Amino acid sequence: MTDVLTQPRPIRLKGRSFLALALTPELPFEDWLVRLDDLAARSAGFFLRRPVVLDVEGLEIDRAELRELVSQLNARNVRVMGIEGARSSMLGADMPPAMTDGRPTADIEAPATDATDKAETSEPMAKAAVAAPISAAPAQAMPMATPSIVVTRPVRSGQSVFFPEGDVTIIGSVASGAEVVAGGSVHIYGPLRGRVMAGTTGNGTARIFCRKLEAELIAIDGFYKTADDMEPELRGKAVQIWLEGETIKAATLG
Amino acid sequence: MGKVIVVTSGKGGVGKTTSTAALGAALAQGGDKVVVVDFDVGLRNLDLVMGAERRVVYDLVNVIQGEAKLTQALIRDKRVETLYLLPASQTRDKDNLTPEGVEKVIAALKNAFDWVICDSPAGIERGATLAMRHADVAIVVTNPEVSSVRDSDRIIGLLDSKTLKAENGERMEKHLLLTRYDAARAERGDMLKVDDVLEILSIPLLGIIPESTDVLRASNVGAPVTLADNRCAPALAYFEAVRRLKGENLPVTIPGDKRSFLGKIFGRKAA
Repeated sequence: MTDVLTQPRPIRLKGRSFLALALTPELPFEDWLVRLDDLAARSAGFFLRRPVVLDVEGLEIDRAELRELVSQLNARNVRVMGIEGARSSMLGADMPPAMTDGRPTADIEAPATDATDKAETSEPMAKAAVAAPISAAPAQAMPMATPSIVVTRPVRSGQSVFFPEGDVTIIGSVASGAEVVAGGSVHIYGPLRGRVMAGTTGNGTARIFCRKLEAELIAIDGFYKTADDMEPELRGKAVQIWLEGETIKAATLG
Repeated sequence: MGKVIVVTSGKGGVGKTTSTAALGAALAQGGDKVVVVDFDVGLRNLDLVMGAERRVVYDLVNVIQGEAKLTQALIRDKRVETLYLLPASQTRDKDNLTPEGVEKVIAALKNAFDWVICDSPAGIERGATLAMRHADVAIVVTNPEVSSVRDSDRIIGLLDSKTLKAENGERMEKHLLLTRYDAARAERGDMLKVDDVLEILSIPLLGIIPESTDVLRASNVGAPVTLADNRCAPALAYFEAVRRLKGENLPVTIPGDKRSFLGKIFGRKAA
């Protein structure tokens, strides 16, 4: 009856957020689908490889209509990965799952009117931010670089630099009792005496660099090491720290 | 328009009050008009170190609450006539300090004095943040040991964020005053070395005050150390710190270096 747990190791569960395109269909669906077809015609492959979330908040539709809309989209190669704002009674096991707590970001630009602009569609998705209702008047394009911040003064004890969006560069020291939390890598041009947590949004490729390692704690993607666990020969050295599998590795910088 | 200085540290017992009194007296002896303000409401000490505890009638809280005029609360020093004390209340607590009240008092003092030196209470709560709020210059008093250094680091962070200057986007001028420095113990490694402290805190050094019984003796007779015996080592160090505070470029001598320097000479002579 009971399953014997042969592996005592627990399964790791992690949260991760992705960019998705949010489509907000309007009634009547026939007209809206025509407009969508028009958009797709202008830019073949606009929806290709893009995860799409259907936002049906406030639409007066029943289960059959929603099912029909999803199959219509499927027929147009628009794969719906989730549905936002629908009552759970409207969603069956054969329908995409319900999604909640979506956070809006900058609009994704719909392809230009004249365009068979291939460069646009092949742009890596990460460059545009999420969740865009496809509107008749496309929003202004917002070219966004990888987010990063630079801190030009020392991070003092009790202070905390929190930047889950990306990399943090600190010109100065990170004091004992101070902490830096970054979604990406952390670069410290000075002694590191406090705590640094890099790759906190599930980014295992993030790294920590510092001029002088005297940290209280370092962590990448949830794996951490305290001062006691660190190799004593690295103390006081210029060091980079990265994650290999589930092991934190560190080496001096040349 | 006078300059407002806050003497602060985070940690207690490192020598804020002693330093406030010594620096205030040293500045006043140079002819400047100086007021030392005790912000340690409920645990006042500056009146004792200044030897004015028997003359306190009104205090900072009375002035803030409109129960007394500023001129009634100010106590003139009997030894140096340009030195004044604004005592704290011993019976009230720090909640009686209001931001508006403190602002008004500091503004009035700034108009009347060349230097307004605020003796901050320990900690990072209301009393300490109000004491630093209107400062132009901060003197961070630190002992050469790790807990004091880390608390000072925390205070520097607050100076850079919670003061009026910081909120206006200006940079607060900060100086490190290293007190209770014992050269022999530092040499043995029982204490942090000057360079280590400077490297961690990375603010300019105003002076190093050697550990000395002269300081305790001065406190007990109710005189700032710069008045009690102006030839002793800590007094000389405070006088030098004041010259640096006024902008003079004076190299800091680390106590003990002189001794080893003399030791070298003697060593050579003996050889």
